[in-house]
Parts: sequence; structure tokens; C-alpha cells
Amino acid sequence: MAKTVTRLMAATLLVAGVSLASFAAQADPAPDMKNWDAVVKQANGQTVYWYAWGGEPRINDYIAWAGKQVQERYGVSVKQVKLADTADAVSKVVSEKAAGKTDGGAVDMIWINGENFAAMKRNDLLFGPWVEQTPNFKYVDVTGKPTTVNDFTVPTDGLEAPWGMAQLSFFYDTARVKTPPQSAQELLAWLQNHPGRFTYPQPPDYMGSSFLKQVLSELVADPAVLQKPADQADAQKVLAPLWTYLAKLQPVLWREGKAYPANGAALRAMMADNEIDTGFSFSAAEVSAAIANFELPDTVRSFVFKGGTLGNTNFVAIPFNASAKAGAVVLADFLMSPHAQLRKQNPEIWGSFTVLDMDKIPATDRKAFDALDLGVATLSPAEMGNVLPEPHPSWMELVESEWQKRYGVAK
Amino acid sequence: MLRFAPVLTVILMVGPVLAGLLGTLLPAFGYLPALGGGEWSLSAWRELAAQPGLEISLRLSAVSGLLATLISFAVVMLFCAAWQGTRVFGAIQRVLSPILSIPHAAAAFGLAFLIAPSGWIVRLVAPLAGWQQPPDIVTLQDGWGLALVAGLVIKEIPFLFLMTLGALQQANAGQSQQVALSLGYGRVAGWLKTVLPRIYPQIRLPLFAVLAYSASVVDVAMILGPTTPSPLAVRILHWLSDPDLSMRFMASAASLLQLMLVAGLIALWMAGEKIAGFCGLYWAEGGGRYRRDGAVRLTVAVVSILAAGLILAGIAALAVWSIAGFWRYPDLLPGQFTVKLWLRELPALAGALINSVLIGGAAIMIGIILVIACLEREARQSARPGRGVMWLIYLPLLMPQISFMFGLQVFFGYLGLERSFISVVLAHLVFVLPYMFLSLADPYRSLDDRYRHTGLCLGAGPDRVFWQVVLPLLARPVLAALAVGFAVSIGQYLPTLLIGAGRFATITTDAVALAAGNDRRMIGIYGLLQALLPFAGFAVAMLVPAIVFRQRRGMRDGL
Amino acid sequence: MSSPETAISPSGLVLAGVKITLKGQVLCDLDLTVAPGEIVTLMGPSGAGKSSLLGYICGTLAPGFTCRGRVWLKGREIGTLPPQDRHVGILFQDDLLFPYLSVGGNLAFALPVDIRGRGQRRDKIDQALEIAGLAGFADRDPATLSGGQRARVAVMRVLLSAPSALLLDEPFSRLDAKLRSQFREFVFEQARQQNLPTLMVTHDPEDANATGGPVITLTDHRAQQA
Repeated sequence: MAKTVTRLMAATLLVAGVSLASFAAQADPAPDMKNWDAVVKQANGQTVYWYAWGGEPRINDYIAWAGKQVQERYGVSVKQVKLADTADAVSKVVSEKAAGKTDGGAVDMIWINGENFAAMKRNDLLFGPWVEQTPNFKYVDVTGKPTTVNDFTVPTDGLEAPWGMAQLSFFYDTARVKTPPQSAQELLAWLQNHPGRFTYPQPPDYMGSSFLKQVLSELVADPAVLQKPADQADAQKVLAPLWTYLAKLQPVLWREGKAYPANGAALRAMMADNEIDTGFSFSAAEVSAAIANFELPDTVRSFVFKGGTLGNTNFVAIPFNASAKAGAVVLADFLMSPHAQLRKQNPEIWGSFTVLDMDKIPATDRKAFDALDLGVATLSPAEMGNVLPEPHPSWMELVESEWQKRYGVAK
Repeated sequence: MLRFAPVLTVILMVGPVLAGLLGTLLPAFGYLPALGGGEWSLSAWRELAAQPGLEISLRLSAVSGLLATLISFAVVMLFCAAWQGTRVFGAIQRVLSPILSIPHAAAAFGLAFLIAPSGWIVRLVAPLAGWQQPPDIVTLQDGWGLALVAGLVIKEIPFLFLMTLGALQQANAGQSQQVALSLGYGRVAGWLKTVLPRIYPQIRLPLFAVLAYSASVVDVAMILGPTTPSPLAVRILHWLSDPDLSMRFMASAASLLQLMLVAGLIALWMAGEKIAGFCGLYWAEGGGRYRRDGAVRLTVAVVSILAAGLILAGIAALAVWSIAGFWRYPDLLPGQFTVKLWLRELPALAGALINSVLIGGAAIMIGIILVIACLEREARQSARPGRGVMWLIYLPLLMPQISFMFGLQVFFGYLGLERSFISVVLAHLVFVLPYMFLSLADPYRSLDDRYRHTGLCLGAGPDRVFWQVVLPLLARPVLAALAVGFAVSIGQYLPTLLIGAGRFATITTDAVALAAGNDRRMIGIYGLLQALLPFAGFAVAMLVPAIVFRQRRGMRDGL
Repeated sequence: MSSPETAISPSGLVLAGVKITLKGQVLCDLDLTVAPGEIVTLMGPSGAGKSSLLGYICGTLAPGFTCRGRVWLKGREIGTLPPQDRHVGILFQDDLLFPYLSVGGNLAFALPVDIRGRGQRRDKIDQALEIAGLAGFADRDPATLSGGQRARVAVMRVLLSAPSALLLDEPFSRLDAKLRSQFREFVFEQARQQNLPTLMVTHDPEDANATGGPVITLTDHRAQQA
């Protein structure tokens, strides 16, 4: 016994020692963004650990495809670290900063936007600026799609690269609903006639908060105030219409607002269970994909509000201490290429709308985009209508904490 | 070397545990320079106190923890009392492995699909009742947390039952029961009066673990528990995951509050033990025979079978979902079946399975050596050195795991050990070892010393006595501890993801990431896959002694 | 029974000034010599430290006790040796057969390693079983034996370990009256045949009478010869 224990303990310590020794700091000099060829050369042979939400197999498949492409083209190997919550990636970087790890970090790239980006930027957790020096950035539609450089009103300052457009869209079952509501007010009226047949995920879930912001954006007297930090306005007055609206909405919600679905994806299951008649998502292609995936009946269709819906952009960012910054930059650049963007917009692959400007990209690529068949349940970019800008993140924080006070504790 | 065992255990455990605790303690009082917190303050606590519904969250955690523990304990004890040594007892034992192996979250998902207003039970009666739409009533996520308690109870009953089986074997329960019966006692009363007092000390630690787990559970609570507001642990998770990084200060304070809550609940339970012990003595000495206990026996059998049945039906639900095509309410079964998703997932699984087995295997091997070495040293010294420090190893069970992760990451970062296989194993060990310790400590400590003395006096040295006397006598609890540890390791999500920095994808990291997409087919597939490895572990732990000792009646569990 | 100063029995079991205390309370304090083939009975009220004394002789006493004195066996001082090197066999009131081994396996566990070869070891075991009236029981599961049979296996297990002394800790108290006297005779006969100094702890005066040897009563923790 004693001998066995001794040997095993020795072995344990040995393994620990070896791994300690072999852990050489992979100090990777920041890539010289002025010299793209040098960046590409530096990237060769690097492995990029990309922390990305992993809840959708088709998205994971797309990421795997992109990884294979940059491996073949640039010798950069890509490993997706599948997350249930982007906060885990942020957490990782914060803990490394706390441990004094200023290079050789674990996270090379994060799929990110909105509040998470704002928080990382504010806490100096990002590498850059690097985005505008990448070759494919010139194709990005920064004027037509201003959210590609202003993430929830926060300037991206070249710290994150846009790689997909998202816009709030609703869906309904044509077998159960004749004409879907066309605005927040119509939704309320419809729900009062069909109590319990709609709900939103519980804030601060991203989708739940987005619904509240949608309502706020529609009802606010002067939309411009939402583009500035909340402390520059009379917040109480600005938010008043939202609370008046919710006071009427809550009693007719599913379960009378005593319970909520956990996230946006849960709304699909509730449609199939006939618990609700209408739901919403941030990806117009989601409905077609969900029908193909047996998650929704084939009678479900998408729609948007007449006055427009919230839209934003998904980005990828590189932490300040990433181990493979050059590799991550090269990967991000590939993700913005017409080739990668075309595949991403293909509803059979993913169905996420491109960030590129159709007038800037080469003509052959434009033709390929035009030729895409978006699927029965998917609205085309043109049908998506008006894009409402995301309010400044401070409004979201305010709305979330105020919502928690009013409705977070059931009466 | 044996004498270094407790020291080594403490080093391996205390480092990470203290780091985990410090990672919570310091930010709770305002210190976290990485996020600009460089000054001591109580503002996190003030902010926490101002959270709406905090007292309701606390009450929910406390009540659901206590209720789940009390009910599971009562059911297991009454069931053993009523049915030990009968065929029903044997039958329940046989379904134990699959029930134990199913992950908590998957079991909760299965239960949710059974009892939801659009779930299987309603679908059974919907055609008769004419419910075109599922009734808009709250069954899941009820404000009282009853669905949560139910979900916890059906998973904790099998765990406590497994722990009780080990204790029964040690306590010669069969004999005591015979004595009680021959004195004219009813089965249940006789068992409660003679066997329970002897086995209770042996299942006390597992009971504390159940209490701590139930009061701080996150995944089950997110599926079955109320959300307006949620139990405290769930809110801590949300606060720690908030994009607003300054929320972490308050979340840390809340984690400490959670720790105090669990400690308080354990203290309360201990006080309850004292009172129950006093009343129990009075009751036992009263001499009441309670011979007509047929109704009690029947009730407890029905409850136990119902609990087992709910889990098995939940597993069935997972299995059906995993091959379901489109499945609409109120259809009892999907309109079409497909194995498309299985075929898509299976080819990519080999790597994840191997990682799971390697990490789990390494963790339980180190774990069992440390646990046994500590206990063996304790037995040889007949003393319990550093028991105070040994309590530290239970600390990871008393707090929600996520509040441990930050400190743990910083700790391994400092050591330069993160992202390595060994660090993932050590991080698993932090959560695996307490369970292994508590499932083995009591059987080990209650082994009749005279066996050891007999062996020594027959001329066998302490090592030979250990290998040839102690280990075979404790084969069952040792294997059970390994299986429990393996199941705990397989279920680890955050330590694998964060300490391994995503370098080690396991079945569980894949499962949890995919569950975020909320596709019930994927949840079904990965729920079953996650159960596969622990199931193999429990099956081995039960079959090996049964086969090796098949000709040894004295080695059958407590019968 | 003779005092150690006049010890002329180097092959016996000799206790010299053995004093065992627990938390300041003296449990026993005695000098004693047991000659080979002699059976000495130790009696006294419960808690008088009889079993502690046996544990002390075996070397298995828990560390909480404070002990003073010396123990010789066959002229060798054993008080400082680890239990397995003392060659002191002990029988408890329970048979404590290892439930995971067969009857033969239990006996083989005790058989010293210097008896080599499968055949030779097997012969020893068979012989022992025959002496115990259990011929052919080697492959049986101990749990299938009667109480009396198990007790006899336990005795043979101790004897096979080739002890130089035998300690009996109320080994007959669990048996019924008829079995008891039979088994007692069996044990005493074996002990005398192997010429073992034997120390027995019992409550039962009948056990004491049956030895035909000296009886010591522990009262006030001092030994008194009856």
C-alpha cells in the first residue's frame, strides 16, 4: 500500500512538473497591421482557439468549414470552443488578467457584440485596433449598415470585425393566426383578444431584453435620446411609455407573467407545443432552418413590424492577451470575405445576412448573392424593412434593472 | 509515505479550494484589481441587499433544499424499513444504475416534459378533455418551488439509496431486523427502532451533501424552479454572467451569502437530529410494536416506484425526442421518426468520449488513492489528525460551482498549469474528491477493527491486511465511491471548459453548449450520451462484487 | 503462576509491571507469567480493562491508552514489536471469518508463507479441517456454516498461524450451553497439545473452572489470585 501510494504520488508530481516545465510562455508579438503579408506569414502554423456560442449544430458546422478554409489557405488551424454563454469567455479573459497573464492567453477570438463588447472595451480587455487594416474590410457596408462600426451605439474603433447582420423578426403559425400584428400596439391589442398566446424570455436574457428595447424604440417620443447614454436624459420620462405598455401587456401574457421561457430558442419549442401563437428571433433564417430541423410546423412564417425592428451586427474580437493574434486576424479577415459571407447567407448553411456592400464586392460575387434562394419562411433583406438602431447599452441596463423591480418578483 | 497522505490531500485540495474561496471573498469586499476594484468596501453587500425579491430567493433555496432532503431521506428510510430483504427491494436495486447515471439536468428535462401543461401526462388526457390548447396553468416553475423539489427528490432518492445500501451491509441490518421481528415488532417500526440508529451515522455526510446540493443547485432549478424570482444560486449565475462586469462584486457577495445559507441549513439539520434523536429514543423505549403497518408499506412502495417511474419515463421521453421528427401538441408520439440527428452527431463523438473517460478515470484514480490513503492512515493511527482541515474538502459542495471558478482559474493561471490535462484533472478532483470521500468515509470508519486485529495477529503485516482484508471487505463501497466520483467527473462542465480553456471537449461540454440551442432532439441525444458513461460505471460497481462474491453469502448487501 | 522475578519459564508468556491507564484512570496493573500449556483465566467486572490488556499484548491497543511495563514471549521481549511479529494469536467472541474467502481461504490466509507449495499448504489446511471435524469443508462459503462450525474454523485459523501464545477474549459467550462446553474442551485441548501459554478473558465461572488452571480477578485494577 505505502509503496503503491508513494509511486503514484511521485508520478502525479512528475506529471505536474513536466507540464509546468513544458508550459513555455508562447509570447506572440502583436502583428504588424501595416504589413498584411507579414501578418499572413506570422499566422502560418498558429492555432486559433475561437470561443463561440455552440448552441446550433449548423452554426458549429459553418465555423468548422471556415476553419478548414483558413487551414488550407493560410496554414492557420482553428478550434471552436463551444460555449453556452459568451460570458464564460469574458470570464476567462478577466481571470487571466487577474492572474497577471498579459500574453499567451487561452482565448484567441470571441464571437461577441453589444454589452459584452462594451464591457470588454471599457475594461481594456481587447487587442487592437486592427480591423480596418484587413483587406476584406473594404467590402463592408459601413454606411448602409452603420451598425457594422457602431455596436449598440458604441464605436467599434477597429477592435472587433463585423461578420453577420441580425434583425429582430417575428414568426407566427399561419394555421392558427390569420393576420399577425404589425406593431407593438397591435400586438397588445391582439394579445388582449388571445390572452396567454405570447410571451418573451425573461430579461436579462438577451432576447427578452431585445423585445423590451423593441417596444421602447417604437413608443419613445424622441428616438434620438436612446442613442446617447441614459444619464444624459430624463430617463424616467423616456421610459414611462414602456412601463405603461407593459402594465397592460403583463396580465395577458402567457402564464400571466408568472413564468417566462429561459431564452429565445425556447420560444420555438413553445410554438410546437401550441403554448403560444407567435414568437420572435434575431435570425430571419432561423424559421426555415427550424422547419427543416423538425422544430417548427411547416405552416410557420416570418414577419416584421411595419415601423421596423431592431437590428444589430455580430462581431469577432481578439482579447488583449491572445496567443495567436495574427492567426485570429487572418481568420476574421476570411470571415468578412465575399466567399465566406455568401456561404453564411445561404439558408441551407446558416442564413445569416451579410455585412458586405453589394455595390463594393466583385460582380461575380454579387451575382452569386442574388442567386441565393432564401427559403419559404425567410424574408429577403428587402422584405426585412426598416432597421431600428439599438439603444445605447446604458438604456438596456436601466430597463433590465427596472424590469426586475417591477416584474422580477411575481405579485 | 502514508503519513503524508492527509498533507498531500490537503495540499491538492486546499490550494484550489482556498483559491476558489478567495476568488469570491476578495471581490465580495470590493477587491478585484483586474476590474478596477482596488479598495475594500461593503458596497457589494449594500447592492445585494437592495436586489428585489432577495428574501424570496433565499427562502426558496432554503425551503426547497430542506424539503427535498427531508422527503428523499424519509422515502429511502421508510422504503428500506418496509421492504429490506424482499423481492421489491431487489427489483428497485436493479433499476438503480440507470437512474443514478442520468445527469440531473437531463432528468429535470425529462420530468419537465412529463408534467408541463403541454407534456406527456396532459397529452394522455387532452383528447378526452378536449383540450385543443394546453391549459395555461403553472405546473413547472411554480412559485412555491414544488416542481423543483420533485425534480430534486427523484434524483436524490437513488443517491441516498445507494449510500444506504453500503451502510446496511456494514450494520448487519438483516440480523437486527430479525431480532425486532422476533420481539413482535412490525417491520417498519422494528427497522426504524433498531437499524436506523445504527446506519444513520453512516449516511449523515451524504445527507449533508444532498442538503447542500439541493439548496445551491443551478441547472435543475433553471429548468423546474420558479424564475420570478429564482432561487439564490440561479441568480448568482445570472449576475456572474452579466455583461456588466461590475456585477461580479455583488455576485461574489451573494455567493458568500449562499455559503452561509447552506451552512445555516446544515446547522439547522444538526439541531433537528438532536431533537429527533431524543424523541426517537423515547419512542423506541416506549415499546410500541406497530404491527399493522401494511398501509405504510404500501404507500412507501408506491412513492418509491413512482419516483423511479418518473425518472424512467423521463429517460423514455429523452429517447423518443432524440429520434423525433416534427412532434406537435397534443400528439402522444411524434408524427415521424428520424435518426438523422444521431447519424450527424455520432461520428464526431469519439474524441469527446475519450476525453471524458481519460479525465474522469485519472480524477477518480487520484481521488480514490488519496481518500483511501487518508482513511487508512486514520485507521492505523486510530486517530483523526487534522480533521478541522479535512472539512475544507467539503467546501466545494457548499457553494454554487460557478462562484468557485474565478478563483480556481486565477490559481491555475498563477501555477502556469491551466490548459493542461493535469490541471483539468485536478480541477475535477476538487469536485469529485468530496463526493468520493463522503461516500467512502463512513463505511471505512465503521469497519469492525477486530478484522484488522485478527489479520495482524495471524501474522500479516499492515500492508497485507490492507490488501487482503480491508479492501475486499470494503470492495462494494470502494467501487461505489469510484462510480459516484466518475459520474460527478463526467458531469463537470465549467471546470472542464474554463480550466481546460476549451482544449478538452467532453461529452458534457458539447452537451451543455448544444443545450443552449434548446432543441429538444439534441437535448435528448446528449442527455442519453451523458448517461452512458456513468451507467457503465455504476453497472461495473454493482456487477463486479456480485460476480466476484457470487458464492459468498456474507458479502451480499445487508441481507 | 509465579512472580516474574523467579521466572524460570523462558518459553512462557511473561508480563512484568504492566500498567494500562486511560485518561488518567488505571485500568489494570499486574505481573503475570503463563507457562506453556497453561491456561490462565482473567476475570473481573466489565470495563476492568481485561480486553485492553489482551489488546496490549497483541499490540493492537488504540493510541489513547498509556501503557507501561514489558512483555516477554518465549524469552523474547515482544512489547515493542509490531503486532504481526509478536506471534500472539487471538480469538474473539465473534468468529470474524473473512466473508469474502472460502473456509480453506481463511485458513490459507493464516498459514505462514514459509510453508511452500500448493500441495503442502493444501495438506496443512485439510489436516486442520479434519482435526476440527470439518473434513471436506475447504471450498465452502463460511456463511453457510453453523455457528459452532464457524467457531472451530476460527480456532484452526489461529492455530495454523503458528502462534507462540493464545489469547481468548470471551470466545465462548456467543455459543449455547451444549455447544459451549464441547467447543471449550476442543480449544483447551488444542492449546495444550501445542503447548501454548493461554490467557483467557471471561465472565463465566464455568469457563474458569473448566481450565483447571489459575484464575485471576481484576478488582481495583490489581490482580488477585482466586
